[in-house]
Amino acid sequence: MTRALASALAGLACVAAAIALLGDAPGPALRALVAGSLVGTAAWTATLLKTAPLLLSGLGVALCFRCGVWNIGAEGQLLAGALAATALATRGPADAPAWLLAPAALAAGACGGALFGAAAGWLRAWRGVSEVISTILLNFVAIHCVALAVQGPLREAAGAYPQSDALPLAAQLPALGRVHAGVLLALAVAVAVHALLFRGAPGFRMRAVGLSPRAARFAGISPERTGALALALGGALAGLAGACEVAGVTRRLYEGLSPGYGYTAIAVALLGRLHPLALVPAALFFGALEAGAGAMQREAGVPAEAAKVVQAVVILISTALAAGPLALRRPRAAEGAR
Amino acid sequence: MSEALVEATLRLAAPLLLAALGELWAERAGVVNIGIEGTMLWGAFAGFAVAVATGSAAAGVAAAGLAGAAVGALFALFAVWRGADQIVVGTAVNLLALGGTALAARALWSGAPPAAPRVGPVFDAGTLPLAGALLRQTGFAWAGLALALASGLALRATRAGLRLRAVGESARAADAEGVPVAATRALAVVLGSALAGIAGSALVLSLSDSFSEGMSAGRGFIALAIVIFGRWRASGVLAASLFFGAATALQFRLQARGGAIPYPVFLMLPYLLTLAVLALASGRARAPGDLGRAYRREAT
Repeated sequence: MTRALASALAGLACVAAAIALLGDAPGPALRALVAGSLVGTAAWTATLLKTAPLLLSGLGVALCFRCGVWNIGAEGQLLAGALAATALATRGPADAPAWLLAPAALAAGACGGALFGAAAGWLRAWRGVSEVISTILLNFVAIHCVALAVQGPLREAAGAYPQSDALPLAAQLPALGRVHAGVLLALAVAVAVHALLFRGAPGFRMRAVGLSPRAARFAGISPERTGALALALGGALAGLAGACEVAGVTRRLYEGLSPGYGYTAIAVALLGRLHPLALVPAALFFGALEAGAGAMQREAGVPAEAAKVVQAVVILISTALAAGPLALRRPRAAEGAR
Repeated sequence: MSEALVEATLRLAAPLLLAALGELWAERAGVVNIGIEGTMLWGAFAGFAVAVATGSAAAGVAAAGLAGAAVGALFALFAVWRGADQIVVGTAVNLLALGGTALAARALWSGAPPAAPRVGPVFDAGTLPLAGALLRQTGFAWAGLALALASGLALRATRAGLRLRAVGESARAADAEGVPVAATRALAVVLGSALAGIAGSALVLSLSDSFSEGMSAGRGFIALAIVIFGRWRASGVLAASLFFGAATALQFRLQARGGAIPYPVFLMLPYLLTLAVLALASGRARAPGDLGRAYRREAT
């Protein structure tokens, strides 16, 4: 807890220093950052809306890291989920009952993300391809898949912009003000992932593989198959984040839909020390940072990219402060799993 | 292959080759540096900024090398000295590069960045068909070829190369033999990162004429794949880089021809190709024994 706070504060301090270095006054910028994320209903709304995708995709990342699988592909999995959800909602059967449409869109999103995760899982388990590289490469593939979709098959009927049609109302998530149901869903999923990891048999297998692939193999658990499962599940969670984003916030698919949620998700997972419930405050911190960075750009003219610097510093400090040589009790990827 | 295609292949392969050789040094010492993507980006930024400020492309290249070395030192500080996870530190380095270069670029150049001096060919073009393609290359391609040869020899036949490999194969055994593990690894990472920084300057001073945010566009990750595809050997890395250079040159040619294939498909191709190559090449190659493992001497 103290470590998490220390690394979060160090991140903010670094950004203040960077702003000062680049010749702006850090005071107004930081004030805009706080005001834009924590003061008033609009600011809290923005923070919660950013928190939901970060929490969902962060849970996916944490699940994989727990299993010793270095999933850097949450960004691509999230985009694949957004793409699949949009495809179903805008090009799916027109006579589908309305009550079914939103859940179906979310499910499609989870499937889309799972597909990308499983692709990396398959390459890792049966072709020995490092998931670090395959998930990163799949991020780029997903970005261009979205571009392809909005320029081609999913392009809006009006055809004016490279974006999809707006999702039908029935496919959009119910919302209170602008805070959509995906925020609650993300919280519920955090509890569910916690239960899966610490109460369920698949979660036990994943943690066993993460702690020692070799010992797990002796116990009859296949590190390859368990790792592939973790990647598919992690992808599904990130895909769900993408589906919630189109069905709750953007209402349309377009390029640049995600400001890098999938990369921030890694920082969320690490700040939350890979503990599903601790990921909630971690996601809230980065959600606030993301929302505040937007306000900082509008009001103080400091590019929102500053948020990435905070994320990087938080990742570095939180791993370096961790006790022991392997900051995360990093499970060794097994013989054969690499 | 036509002469133009050979020329484009070498030109496009040069930054990949430089970055992959830098990664090769680190990986043979047992360190996976996925921060090489961000290191290239810092190199591109620093190379461009200094080339614009001084009007000298050579100064830009030197600055890119220094910037790369500095990023490598940061990586080594956390991943080698602190023993933090290499993948996690690399991810942080990449985020820092994306955010940091964007912040700095907007602070330096509001609106469109200015044009920088470019790195020209080393020799005047020859008249022989294929020699012309070779001779028109910039110093980046020449340096890449020379360093590939030198790395292969150094890794195989020098004392420093042997120590590097020993540290990567079994840090504990190397330590027992008195090889300073952390220092060797840190040096390999810093030198490799300097090379990656120079590769970044090739993007901005040879392949394009200006800096744009995120312009490394995954080339550092492709360099990581090249090291695996090249089976952790300098000769393999050279061949794999040329393969990717040729594929990119062909892609541009197909793209220019146009036709019914949508543009994003072309943009997707290098990554799909890399995945396909990895799927076919992995498994058979053997990585250095202690690749990716932090080393800490056990308490005695």
